[in-house]
Amino acid sequence: MKILVCMSVVPDTTTKISFTDNNTKLNTQGVQFIINPYDELSLTRAIELTEKHGGTVTVANVGKADADAVIRKALAIGANDAIRINADPVDGQYVAEQLAHVIRSGGYDLVLTGRESIDYNGGQVCGLLGELLSWPAVNVCTRIDLENGKAIFERDIDGGRQTVTSSLPAVASAQKDLCEPRIPNMKGIMAARTKPLTVVEPVAVEFASTYRQFETPAPKQAVKLIDAANAGQLIDLLRNEAKIIA
Amino acid sequence: MTGIYAENSEGIFKKSVLEAASYASRISNGGVLAVCIGQPKDGEADKLAQYGVSKLIVVDGIPAFDSQAYTAEITKIFSANQVQHIVLANTYEGKTLAPRISVAMNASLATNVVDFPDTSNGFRIRRGVFSGKGFAIVELNKTNKVIAITPNSTELKQNPVTISIEHSQAAAHQINTEITATSKAAGKIPLTEAEVVVSAGRGMKGPENWKMVEELAELLGAATACSKPVADMDWRPHNEHVGQTGITIKPNLYIAIGISGAIQHLAGVSSSKVIVVINKDPEAPFFKAADYGIVGDAFDVLPQLIEAARASKN
Ligand SMILES: Cc1cc2nc3c(=O)[nH]c(=O)nc-3n(C[C@H](O)[C@H](O)[C@H](O)COP(=O)(O)OP(=O)(O)OC[C@H]3O[C@@H](n4cnc5c(N)ncnc54)[C@H](O)[C@@H]3O)c2cc1C
Ligand SMILES: Nc1ncnc2c1ncn2[C@@H]1O[C@H](COP(=O)(O)O)[C@@H](O)[C@H]1O
Repeated sequence: MKILVCMSVVPDTTTKISFTDNNTKLNTQGVQFIINPYDELSLTRAIELTEKHGGTVTVANVGKADADAVIRKALAIGANDAIRINADPVDGQYVAEQLAHVIRSGGYDLVLTGRESIDYNGGQVCGLLGELLSWPAVNVCTRIDLENGKAIFERDIDGGRQTVTSSLPAVASAQKDLCEPRIPNMKGIMAARTKPLTVVEPVAVEFASTYRQFETPAPKQAVKLIDAANAGQLIDLLRNEAKIIA
Repeated sequence: MTGIYAENSEGIFKKSVLEAASYASRISNGGVLAVCIGQPKDGEADKLAQYGVSKLIVVDGIPAFDSQAYTAEITKIFSANQVQHIVLANTYEGKTLAPRISVAMNASLATNVVDFPDTSNGFRIRRGVFSGKGFAIVELNKTNKVIAITPNSTELKQNPVTISIEHSQAAAHQINTEITATSKAAGKIPLTEAEVVVSAGRGMKGPENWKMVEELAELLGAATACSKPVADMDWRPHNEHVGQTGITIKPNLYIAIGISGAIQHLAGVSSSKVIVVINKDPEAPFFKAADYGIVGDAFDVLPQLIEAARASKN
């Protein structure tokens, strides 16, 4: 079983987001970068699956050299090796084209992504890979198992969950609940130093989109406080002032 | 012609599909073509017509959802009709299909879109990024474009037209995925679609106290949600967990009870139109993000709200 885990490197969840260069870039001053939380789940699950069924876990990232420290963390958690495609992750489509190129020559049985990256929130890469590779893609999975040469997924659907059996190779995206993310231990951290991290150059791809500008949400008006002794008044305000309930 | 993929839930077109129709009708210069898979219920096509859909093509012969087969049929029809712009709702199904359709149609893809495009200088759309903490203005460079819109973010405006309905028989596809079980919480309003959400956190002390939360939600026609620790402790099911690592929601009204308002929680709910915070600590960070606030004990405030909501219903 050869598993590839696509990993994006994102600002830590506590980051206060602001922009620089005329609002064209994220202000990275003081920002801690981490493994995208959903990718931490897919990585952990991939490791669990190879522990059970044998095989290897490769981590792939589209990013520049500043991502290496975070990639080493993925190796410390337990991936066998890593590939970094040396390019700025311009958008989901660019990233997927680069990943697809690596996957085509890699002979993978299963490719995992996160449900979304918490910076771009595209939720795109899983489906894009599926179509680029002509593979089945199962999105937003809370369970990933292997049985008799097939993959068994449980995925979120609007208002519920669904169990899906899929042929391999396949691509799937990880949702919370998939597993408990592993954290690196000392042995893993030591081992990670010597695990292979291969850097490859990107293939030429037309840019499907261009990020022009960023904005932060408009600041909120001051809160309107209602006396707790007269809390029922809230319902009236919501109906007649905010006009938000019938 | 602009296209929409009209997701149907057991033959019904939900509000998010009508929003996609409304969006498509606003950006189209020549009618809206909707594609749906499987026969819609009687009268459902007329709902689409109310929002500008002039033609509906119903694909017959695909028994169950399979993203590859769906994509093949949808893009076959859009390509045959020279559709360049395709609008979908950013639901679970929409999010699964939009990327595939973009590849199959050689289109630029924008998901999580929250506004109509600005076409004064290229084709620029606004999409949510950084989990509710920002927006990006993105220019879509390719002639073909796939746009997945976040439910409840764009105006739903009627534009009645007459609709024609055609059927298309699906080709025989090799099906790689098989659905073996489906479980849906019956009778409950799905969180992702709810216009009102009543949510509670660790301040509720224990799962036995959710009766009040559920009662208020029912009176307001709301879905229920919770903070992460509440789901982690199994006080509530995981699919109710909202925030950065849970579900992102955008209801008209979000009522947060006994939730402190940590940045990761806010990331999933801060785009709600109106936010009400009930917390006994006046310093709780959530009040900074709130429109209405009540500083008080939930066990004292909730019964009052339930009573007021019930009284105003009668
Ligand atoms: C990587 C990461 C991701 C995370 N993702 C999420 C996420 O997606 N969603 C999420 O919710 N959290 C997330 N968290 C956790 C988040 O940081 C907070 O710990 C969590 O939101 C706190 O939940 P809470 O407000 O219910 O509990 P607490 O922080 O314990 O707050 C309880 C609140 O209830 C109030 N209270 C107590 N008793 C009463 C009473 N009787 N009446 C009224 N008010 C009362 C208190 O004043 C307090 O403000 C994440 C954390 C990390 C590190
Ligand atoms: N730069 C990247 N390198 C590798 N994988 C990525 C990258 N960006 C996104 N991904 C993968 O795609 C998933 C979804 O990202 P997105 O489509 O941007 O929301 C992430 O969880 C990753 O698994």
